[in-house]
Order: sequence, then C-alpha cells, then structure tokens
Amino acid sequence: MRLRILDNGHGLGAKMLFAFIRTISRQPVLDIVKLVKYRADFYGKPMSAVTHKAMRGPSSWSVGDRELMAAFVAKTNQSEFCTTTHATVARQAYGDGKDISALLFDPNLCGIAEPLRATLLMLGKLTREHTVNADDMRTVVAAGASRQQLEDALAVCFSFNVITRLADAFGFSIPSQKAFDSGASFLLKRGYR
Amino acid sequence: MSDISRARSALLKRILEGPGNASHSDRRASFNLSGIAGPIDALVEKIARAAHSVTDEDIDSARESGFSDDQIFEIVVCAAVGQADRQYNAALAALVAATEKD
Repeated sequence: MRLRILDNGHGLGAKMLFAFIRTISRQPVLDIVKLVKYRADFYGKPMSAVTHKAMRGPSSWSVGDRELMAAFVAKTNQSEFCTTTHATVARQAYGDGKDISALLFDPNLCGIAEPLRATLLMLGKLTREHTVNADDMRTVVAAGASRQQLEDALAVCFSFNVITRLADAFGFSIPSQKAFDSGASFLLKRGYR
Repeated sequence: MSDISRARSALLKRILEGPGNASHSDRRASFNLSGIAGPIDALVEKIARAAHSVTDEDIDSARESGFSDDQIFEIVVCAAVGQADRQYNAALAALVAATEKD
C-alpha cells in the first residue's frame, strides 16, 4: 500500500486481530481490512455502518443482487481488487452457477431479471459519467424497478464509489484467488460490520 | 428498505467536522473538490475523476509538499466520499424528478 501507516500503523488490538485472521484463514490479511481498522473511528467504523446497511439491510434486492451491483460499480471504476472481491461474493451468494464475469462485462446478457439489468446499466452510467438524469431513471422504472429498489441500489453505489476509489488511491495489492475466496466467505457470513 | 441516510450523515459529520490531523478547511476542500493549495490538489482531482490512475508519484508529491501520511489518509478519504456523495445526490434528485406525480 502507498501509505505505510495503513500497513503497519495499527494499534495492538488490530495487530492481534490480523494475527488471528492469518492463523485461522491461512491467508494474508486483505488490504481492505487493514484500511478499515486503521484509525477506525475516522473512516472504518462510520463507513462500515453505511456499507452494512446498504449491503445487508432489508431490501427486496437479494444479497447476490447487491454484491453484483457492487462488483459492477467496481468494474466500471476499473478497480481490480473490488471487482474480484464482490464478483466472488456474488458468485457464492447466488450459488446457481451464474456467469458473473460475463454479466460484469455485459449486463445485457441473459440470466438476470429485467429490473436488475436496467438498474445495473443506470449504476454504470452514474459511476462513469458522475450523474444521471430523470429520463435515465424513467427507463429503469419502466423496466420494473420500484422507487425503493432504486434508492437501495443508489445506496450500494454510494458505498462502492467510495471504497473503489480508496482501494485504487491507496494501491491495494491483489492477493491470490484463495485469499479472495476466504474474504468473500467472511463477508457472506458476517457482513460488513 | 436499506435507508442509509442516518449512517451517511454520521460519516460525513465525522470526516468533515470531527478531530483529525488535516485541517477542517483542507478536508472540506477535498470533499467539495474546491481546490487545495499545492500538489495534493492533483491527487484529489484524480481520486474524484479517475482513482485507478493514481500513482506512487502522486502520493510522494503530496508528502514532499509537507503533508504527513495521516493528513494524506484523511484528505484521500474526504475526496472519495465527496465524489460518491455528489453522484448519490444527483441520482436521488433524478429519481425524485422521474417519480413525482404530475
């Protein structure tokens, strides 16, 4: 990581947690964990509260749908770390063999319902162009997404437009797929708190 | 429904108004993309517009201009949250416009 404090500036409690994670998972501690545990009162704790609510709070989108949205925002922002992480969680959450990599490449491929497809395309435009207009929203509503579903999707988009920027600005290292699998299992079981 | 409004407000209040190493005005300027004096401004712009293009040299330049790693940490967080927040507000306004009754 580009800031050494994010690698080794943590307090004793966080360092003990990292040692525990390394022992249990037999994988290196992911850089995202190091980020949220560094001076957690400034960023990690308040941000995790937002992300947990967006990703695991009550919603008519499934956990898999929201993880797919997170991966799609990450892919649009060209953030390799976050794309791989959330594609892996989405794959585990759906558990139905959906081709997540292909969907991230092109959500127009079949395999997902129309409201989700239209929502992904809108989130892609918002992330890429930094804004959307009322016509963009009308298109998604016409595709069958409710206003509440759109608010829920925008909450996911907010979180991952923060996290992907930090992953890339701080230069998160890309670990093995095994480490991603282990991190994804944790996120699926425990969420983001 | 996954209403993030209270948690999001708490995040913004903490990073912009709470204690920190960077000044409140630098944190606010980074969040608003309104310009910080010196080379760190180029880093803030990149984070907002194309964070994947940030390089080691961008961070080194900010450091060489006198910012500590903790100050850079805070300013980077503010830049990322600020851009995400502008996008979120723009999209919510579009959603309201699209779904309000005639």
